[in-house]
Amino acid sequence: MMSIRKQLTVEAPLDRAFRVFTANMGAWWPKEHHIGKAALKDCVIEPKVNGRWYERGEDGSECEWGKVLEWDPPRRLVLAWQLNEGFQYDPALVTEVEVTFTLLGPKQTRVDFEHRNLERFGEAAERLRGLMGEGWGQILESYKQTAVAAAA
Amino acid sequence: MANQLDPDGFAALADPTRRQVFERLAKKSLSVGELAAGLPVTRPAVSQHLKVLKDAGLVIDQVDGTRRVYRVDPRGIEAMKSYLDRLWDRALAAFKAAAEKETDS
Repeated sequence: MMSIRKQLTVEAPLDRAFRVFTANMGAWWPKEHHIGKAALKDCVIEPKVNGRWYERGEDGSECEWGKVLEWDPPRRLVLAWQLNEGFQYDPALVTEVEVTFTLLGPKQTRVDFEHRNLERFGEAAERLRGLMGEGWGQILESYKQTAVAAAA
Repeated sequence: MANQLDPDGFAALADPTRRQVFERLAKKSLSVGELAAGLPVTRPAVSQHLKVLKDAGLVIDQVDGTRRVYRVDPRGIEAMKSYLDRLWDRALAAFKAAAEKETDS
């Protein structure tokens, strides 16, 4: 399984570390990394299993990034990152982002981060290839219409 | 994350025509002429898109008999991985700073 792993120690209590990661993501997420046309206003993780994970633009538009797979505050969180290699939301693509928070002291928390199933980016490309009979023009047109309808 | 990306890895796929070129190559190896024939853009435009994709490490070219064909670089997933690796480094550093700055309410 292809994955990215990170570990960091945060000088903050466990509860606060979890809260800032989940409820305040918009405050720390690098602003230039967004998929919508509008400038990024906020990143939202709905605090429940199957909750949405999405960005909200300055113009109020919303773009899906994925969803919440596991919600176990303040210790563990698993998100589905569903942006493909073209940075389009693909509901059929699920790569997992797991973050665990471990108490080290009253004001110190260890954060273990993993973004896994990266090999699925390749599988998604393979799957899209299966749709080639439809022709890309048609698929992209359909995507565009969906996107326009969703924005309306 | 379209045009806001660093000029490497998958930013190259933010352009719809370029994505179409990439997706055609994901199906099979093609020459510039074959690619241009199936797309509403000129041959020089296709060449330009191929150059960007090549520079981003997403496609490779090779000589096949008398023609030069392009195909998707299987190491493209590695490019995606390294892009995400840098993104998370930045994001997690910013998260750490935010968590340490905030006070409990």
